[in-house]
Amino acid sequence: MTQIFYSKDHEWVQIGEDGLATIGITDHAQAALGDIVFVELPEPGRNVAAHEACAVVESVKAASDVYAPLSGTVTEANPAIVDEPALVNTAAETTAWFFRMRLEDPAAVNALLSRAAYDEFLGSL
Amino acid sequence: MHRRLGARMVEFAGYEMPLQYTGIIAEHQACREGAALFDVSHMGQAHVADARALEALVPGDIAGLPPGRQRYTLLLNAAGGIIDDLMVAHVGGHLQLVLNAGRKQVDLAHIRAHGVAITPHFERALLAVQGPKAGAVLPEGALLKFMDAALLDVAGIGCVVTRSGYTGEDGFEIGCAAADAERLAELLLARGATPAGLGARDSLRLEAGLCLYGNDIDEERNPVEANLTWAIAKRRRVGWDFLGAAPVRAALGAGTAEKLVGIKVSGRAPARAGAEIRDARGECVGRVTSGCFAPSLNAPIALGYVRAGCAADGTALDLIVRDKPIPGIVAPLPFVPHRYAR
Repeated sequence: MTQIFYSKDHEWVQIGEDGLATIGITDHAQAALGDIVFVELPEPGRNVAAHEACAVVESVKAASDVYAPLSGTVTEANPAIVDEPALVNTAAETTAWFFRMRLEDPAAVNALLSRAAYDEFLGSL
Repeated sequence: MHRRLGARMVEFAGYEMPLQYTGIIAEHQACREGAALFDVSHMGQAHVADARALEALVPGDIAGLPPGRQRYTLLLNAAGGIIDDLMVAHVGGHLQLVLNAGRKQVDLAHIRAHGVAITPHFERALLAVQGPKAGAVLPEGALLKFMDAALLDVAGIGCVVTRSGYTGEDGFEIGCAAADAERLAELLLARGATPAGLGARDSLRLEAGLCLYGNDIDEERNPVEANLTWAIAKRRRVGWDFLGAAPVRAALGAGTAEKLVGIKVSGRAPARAGAEIRDARGECVGRVTSGCFAPSLNAPIALGYVRAGCAADGTALDLIVRDKPIPGIVAPLPFVPHRYAR
């Protein structure tokens, strides 16, 4: 069973069997953003630091940054959400993942939140 | 009531306003295809009795406004800068003004400072029903044509109704007492209108090429550079006897350094207010004042001021979004054709 972690910036991180981390935004985040019309993703090969802005989502009304939840190197971006940004609204926590990365420190995921802790965090907002 | 309908609220001009209910795109489409209901009670309604006196402060033909008609006009300062843009309706034996929410106190002070008596009714509610099915939602307004105004009874509620709006679609703006507003809104929803928020209102007005005060026009901009010369009435161009007339007349004669233009943006990334505009040689020639993703065009659009030499339709320009140039082209306004009930 793969484990999914969450950040307080409303990203989810899933660690695959290959050790790569898949990053997306949470359903709470897509709902808060509203109708998403444009997504800009980081280029594979880019090194990103934790909390660094590395993707952009635009709704009709406003632009928002998406932050790297952990440090590492981007290995792949999801072309499906570039072609069809509205997918982020309908499938934020499944097929509408943003990018994959090789983590600098695989153990760093343990500093992120569990689903229960993230839900508790949402409840406190 | 807004929250019961699922609204996400935002602060705007000191008011808690609904940004969206189900989603900006769905609400936008509801207005283009059916009928949308907007609560725009934050706008300021006020009465003026003396049309001649008001004419001293605006370039429109107000003295010649017949009973039952409405007109768009501008409050100008001595330098010809735009203090506010407003609607004036001749209805109920006086002029009814509709002022922008963020400007109503400024307007009131300015109008009074020039000796014109004005009575604010800022407590009154204003609802807008907009879209091709607006006529079916408000059959009481069937006899009104675009820019007509009348006192109408809607299910026992006394309303000031104008056939106008801020979306480019046919529709009505309906003023009523605050105490009656919720019942009126419920009635209009029951008749098939879809609740819509400020988000859709902004994308609709931008597609319709209509200026937003504070973004596209302000006290630093005159009507000539803002492409609002049509609001300077023929008769007023004879007398030139309104505040700011001399600088506006000079701008009309000599042209202005910058012009407000519409820009169609390639790709899908919207260029927002503040984005730099560059010409083909990479030189900065202006800035975006409003920009969004246009749901009806499935593409980003913008309004912005550019050097007069770059203002012709078809001029290729770059808009700078996150340090990258995005190609755009100067396009005629409106982006989406108006469909008023003329």
